[in-house]
Order: sequence, then C-alpha cells, then structure tokens
Amino acid sequence: MTESFRSNLPPLELHVPEPRFRPGDAVDYSHLVIPEAGAQARPDESCAAAETHPLCLDLVRVLGEDHRAVGPWDPRLDPETLRRMLRLMALTRAFDDRMYRGQRQGKTSFYMKCTGEEATSIAPAMALASDDMVFPSYRQQGILIARGYSMVDMINQIYSNKADKLKGRQLPIMYSAREASFFSISGNLATQYPQAVGWAMASAIKGDTRIAASWLGEGSTAEGDFHSALTFAAVYNAPVVFNVVNNQWAISSFSGFAGAERTTFAARAIGYGIAGLRVDGNDPLAVYAATRWAANRARANGGPTLIEHFTYRAEGHSTSDDPGQYRSVQERSEWPLGDPIARLAAHLEVLGEWTPDAHAAMDLELAEQVKAAAKAAEANGVLGHGLHHPFRTLFEDVFEELPWHLKEQSEQAIRERRIKWPEWKEEDS
Amino acid sequence: MSETPPTKKLNMIEAINDALDVMMARDSNIVVMGEDVGYFGGVFRATAGLQKKYGRTRVFDTPISECGIIGVAVGMGAYGLRPVPEIQFADYIYPGLDQLVSEAARLRYRSAGEFTAPITVRSPFGGGIFGGQTHSQSPEALFTHVSGIKTVIPSTPHDAKGLLIAAIEDNDPVIFFEPKRIYNGPFNGYYDKPVEPWSRHPDGTVPEGYYRIPLGKARVVREGEAMTVLAYGTMVHVAEAVLAEKGVDAEIIDLRTLVPLDIETIKASVEKTGKCLIVHEATRTSGFGAELSALVQERCFYHLEAPIERVTGFDTPYPHSLEWAYFPGPVRIGEAVDRLLKA
Repeated sequence: MTESFRSNLPPLELHVPEPRFRPGDAVDYSHLVIPEAGAQARPDESCAAAETHPLCLDLVRVLGEDHRAVGPWDPRLDPETLRRMLRLMALTRAFDDRMYRGQRQGKTSFYMKCTGEEATSIAPAMALASDDMVFPSYRQQGILIARGYSMVDMINQIYSNKADKLKGRQLPIMYSAREASFFSISGNLATQYPQAVGWAMASAIKGDTRIAASWLGEGSTAEGDFHSALTFAAVYNAPVVFNVVNNQWAISSFSGFAGAERTTFAARAIGYGIAGLRVDGNDPLAVYAATRWAANRARANGGPTLIEHFTYRAEGHSTSDDPGQYRSVQERSEWPLGDPIARLAAHLEVLGEWTPDAHAAMDLELAEQVKAAAKAAEANGVLGHGLHHPFRTLFEDVFEELPWHLKEQSEQAIRERRIKWPEWKEEDS
Repeated sequence: MSETPPTKKLNMIEAINDALDVMMARDSNIVVMGEDVGYFGGVFRATAGLQKKYGRTRVFDTPISECGIIGVAVGMGAYGLRPVPEIQFADYIYPGLDQLVSEAARLRYRSAGEFTAPITVRSPFGGGIFGGQTHSQSPEALFTHVSGIKTVIPSTPHDAKGLLIAAIEDNDPVIFFEPKRIYNGPFNGYYDKPVEPWSRHPDGTVPEGYYRIPLGKARVVREGEAMTVLAYGTMVHVAEAVLAEKGVDAEIIDLRTLVPLDIETIKASVEKTGKCLIVHEATRTSGFGAELSALVQERCFYHLEAPIERVTGFDTPYPHSLEWAYFPGPVRIGEAVDRLLKA
C-alpha cells in the first residue's frame, strides 16, 4: 500500500463504538433520559406521520414512579384486563424458567428466554385483534401464550418429539402456528419484516380488515430486509405495525453497533416518512396504548407505524450464551425502567386490585400449570430419546409432492435404519 | 539444514485464532471484523484476545448485516487492506451473496486487474450439532459455482492454520468454511461414541509461527489400493473411520481446496485404484460431488472399474430431531464402499 497521506491535514480516525460498561464495571445509567410518565402528547391516530416524529425521540410512558397510570396514553383498561395482562406475562416467565431448565437437563438442544421483555409481546398481542397476522422474531413466545395457543404444543416443538406439529424439523422455539395467525419463525434475521409488509399489502389488495404486525431486535435493524420493509410499507401505505424490541444487546454487541449512538431506532420512521413511536418497553400499559394507536391507524388506512420498545434483555441471548463474558452483571439490577411484571403488579396494588399474597399464589399456580404441560409433552418424548416423527417424514414437505430422487433417498434412509438396527420396524419408529 | 519448528497442541478454533494472530502481527493491513468478533472474541471464540492485542480499529464488531460486512470488506480491499470478515454461521451468508458473487468475485475481471478483493471470508459451516436448518448448512457448492472465488475447507487444526494463512495472503477472494463439528475434535460420524480431543490426534500438533499450506494442494490422508475416497472437512474423518472399521485399503484424499482443485492428485489416485467414492455432507443435487464425479469420469474413464459413488446429505433442509438420519454417516458410507468392493 502506498503511503501518500497529506501531512498538513489531521489524520482520519475510525470510530468503533464501545458500551459504557463491561464485566466488573459499576453501572450508572444516569446518562439515560427517562421522561416523566404521562408527559408525552398523544396525537390523533389519523394525524400526519410527521406529527408523531417528536415522539420518536421521546419515550411514551404511562406508569409513573408512584405506580399510577397517567397522561393521554393511559389506555384505561379495567382491572380484570390488567390482571389478565399480568397473568399472561407471569405465565410467559414461568414457561421460560421451566424450558430453560429443561434445556439444562438435556431435554432439548436450545432455548431462548424473553425475561424482562414480556410486555413487548403480551401487551401488543392483547392490543391487536386475535386474527391480525403476526410475523415474530424468536423472542415473542408471549404472543402464542396470549393467544391461548396450546402450551403442550409449544413444548412438543421445543422437545422436537413425536407430537411436534413441525415434525421435529425446526430448532426449538422456532414455532409456526397458523391457527393463531402466527407466521413460521426463521432463524435468519429480519426476513419476517418485508414478509409482514407483503401480507399487509395482500390484505389491502383484497379489501380485508386484518392488519399485520412484525417484531425484530434492534440489532437486526442493520439488515437490508428492515430497510426494504420500511420502504415498501411507506410506498404502499401498508397496514402494518413494525416493532423494534430494543433490548440493548444483540448477543455481545450493544445497541451502538446498530446505530444507537446517533439516534433512536424509532427515528428510522422519520427518514421513511412513516409514523413512529418510542415507548417504555417495560411499561405494559404504554406498550398496549402504542400498539392500539398504531393498529387503529393501520386499520383506518392511515398506514404503517414503527414502534421502538426501549427495554433490557435481562438474561443471555440464548442457552448458548454467557452474558457475564461481555457485560456488567449490574446492568440488570440498575436498569432504570424496572421490570414489567413488577411494575404492573405494583400498579394493580395501588388500585387496590392486587396483593403480594395473590401474586405469590398466582406464581405457584402458574408454575404448576407449566409443570403439568411439560409433563404432558414429555410423555411424547424429549430430543434424542427415540420418540420422534417417523423417518419418512424427513422427506415430506420439501415439495408438495415427492419427486423421484427424494423417494429414492427416503427408501435409503429406511434401509440405513434396518442395517443399523435389524430389529427396527418402520411402524414403531 | 532446516530445523523442525517448535509445535504446540491446538484444537481447530485455537489454530484459526493462531493463524489470525500470526498474520495480524506480520501485516498491519489485516483487519478482522464480524458480528461479536471484537470484545467477546466470537461466538465460537475464534477471535478471542485479538481485539485486546491489536486494538479496536483492527478487530471490531459489526452491525448485523452480512451484506454490509462483505460490502465494506470489498471497499477496504480496494483501499489496500486485507480484511478477514467472519460470517457467524454459513447459514447467514445469503444477505451478503450479492456483494460476494456480483462484486468481490468479479472485481478483478471487470476492472482488468485495476481493483481486486483480497478478502478471506471465514464462516463456520456444517451440521451435527443439533443446530437445525439455520445453523447446519454446507453451502460450498454455491460458491464453487461462482467464477472468481476460491473455496477452502480445512479438516484438521494443522491444516486450518496453514490454509488460513495462505488464504489471507491470497490476492483473490477466498471463502474459508470451518467445519464446526470438528472444532474440538475429529468427529468421525459415530455419534453415540465420545469424540477424542484434537490434543490426542497427530494433526492437533501445529507448528508455531508462520507457515502456509498452498491453496490447490490436496492431502493424501492415507495411501491405498482398493479405492479412492474424495472428501473434505468433517467427512474426511468419517470416511477414515468407516474404512478403517471395514478394513478396506482405501486411498483417502482430503481435497482441502475445492477451487482451485488439485486435479492431478485425484487423477493419479483414481488411475491407480480404478474406483472412486465421493463423500460430502452437503445436499446431493448439484453438490460439489457432481463436479468431482464429472471430472473423474472425463479424465479417468478408461481406468474406472465401477460406477463412481457419491455419498451425501439428503436433498432436504437440515432437520433437527432426525439429524443423524440425515447425516451421511457410517451406514451410508459403508453401503457405498460395499458396492464398490463388489463391483
């Protein structure tokens, strides 16, 4: 390489982002601007997109420090609905805890928890219509739980057993549940975003009333698919709600590697000229209200909205990750927006609609509910213990019909089985 | 008189890390980048310690954009750097395909040599880890099909280090697929038995410092007369174990580089043995085995005593629970060996 630098100019410098805290560091989040709950304006759902743009740099909050719901974004939910929201979030957490332990006990290969982020799937699922089509990423198990999808079926998928509706093909938690209007999850990032736009465009082409919603993490906003999706949604004014779950960490890369040092993720909406909201993702009422706003807008042909949920990934990326290697353990305890379950429970308590005893009793009941579901699923087998789908199913669904070469390969797989285990019969595989 | 250089025992991850370390120390134009490769040192730890040693402007995390990672590598190469980007799993490389196929691979040709893309894209690939269809694929044939990219796949720590150094020094774009199933030890396909660690394998002995294994040179793992076995990556060890168990005097060739291919070594071997077995983990249809089979047929037809055999993964996505039914393991290879022996 030739060194032809001009000596009278300052040398250029490469900026490489670095998070504030690394393992062992004391954590101080005083640099984060956390506005007062209730202080954010709520424009009309039919407003010009630009009217929402100040909110892209703000933070919509409903639950205040005194645990009361305040301001124009308060969705004014009745206590029964609030208790249902609390219960669904707690159920999601109980489910995660059990499945995480199941992975550690060798019942499956992999698991991903959503601890601390429960509000970002439970509250939107409650705010959307149950037949609005969702295109989730891999941390929205709360949507299936909120939509009443069978927990046993979820665990069958996680254990890849003989009752797994996905026939043991997919990595655990990569659910697909058409009956719950829940699209098949991909392991590749952000691919669901343009697909959600396409579904929404189709709904508009057909004069349907259903809208689409999609989720991804802040790290995935770097993928081209994210930008293609926003461009298409803007061009066709597609009835879609985009959720960016900004949980601060993409495995070991902090949000600065997706551009968070420069602006917010909600602010991506400004460049595309669509509506955008930035929400306290640990405030389930704010998340509910924002989703409701965006869904109403989309349903009234007002077009797409991008919602950034500002939250924190309280645990590792997955069971394959050890966050203690790259971030300070204090981050979780110091996170200034608290925990969504604790905050909603505190809110119900100040309303006189909930008690710590009721909460403890609920947690016990939910743990038992999950335990019973796990036991029922385990009766169908766990990964690697022989109770899986028949071998021929390996070749089904590659195409609608089995071409000759897959027929041959299917026969070969069966033959290999007989060579390895001469006693084996296909019917008892 | 050349002295034997000192050696150390390394697994494949450590050998790759060592190659990067050796090269970064020798050449300040080498930069390493990718998702989680900086402070954390990579999800498989291949870049552990490098950021601390060489600084954040030479070893850094990137946004999650494979298109961006490979695109900026092309630009850095145009400036005169020698980037070594990591794509976290080969299954994630597709968003970067346009930058690799349309740009990196064709830059030298379309600019008549004015610009080149001296980049080495490292990526863990292959299955056998219960990774499901998005953490298990072997997409090497997609790259060998593109003119202008070299494709390298090591099968031992010793080779991984020497080949990676040669790849980094190469002035053309190289895709360097690392068989992640053998990162820690030479998995031989007998999944119900423990895998021995590289520390107990002769090819876990790796020379210290700089050495290179030239691209385009295959390795004869074992000389033999009964048949020629062509394999690469994990399947070298699987084939070796099956043939040893069967007591077959096969000549096993580890191709190491698919493009450019060591056709002379292949030809000499098949002319000697008269039989050829090709083994790869990737799907069968249009897999690299098809190319190998065509080449052997074209160049060794009159020496062949039996139809060429191909043992491959099935033409389905990589399954989760039925992973071992999919994997081209000892039974599938054994059947093909028996057919060749009977022929």
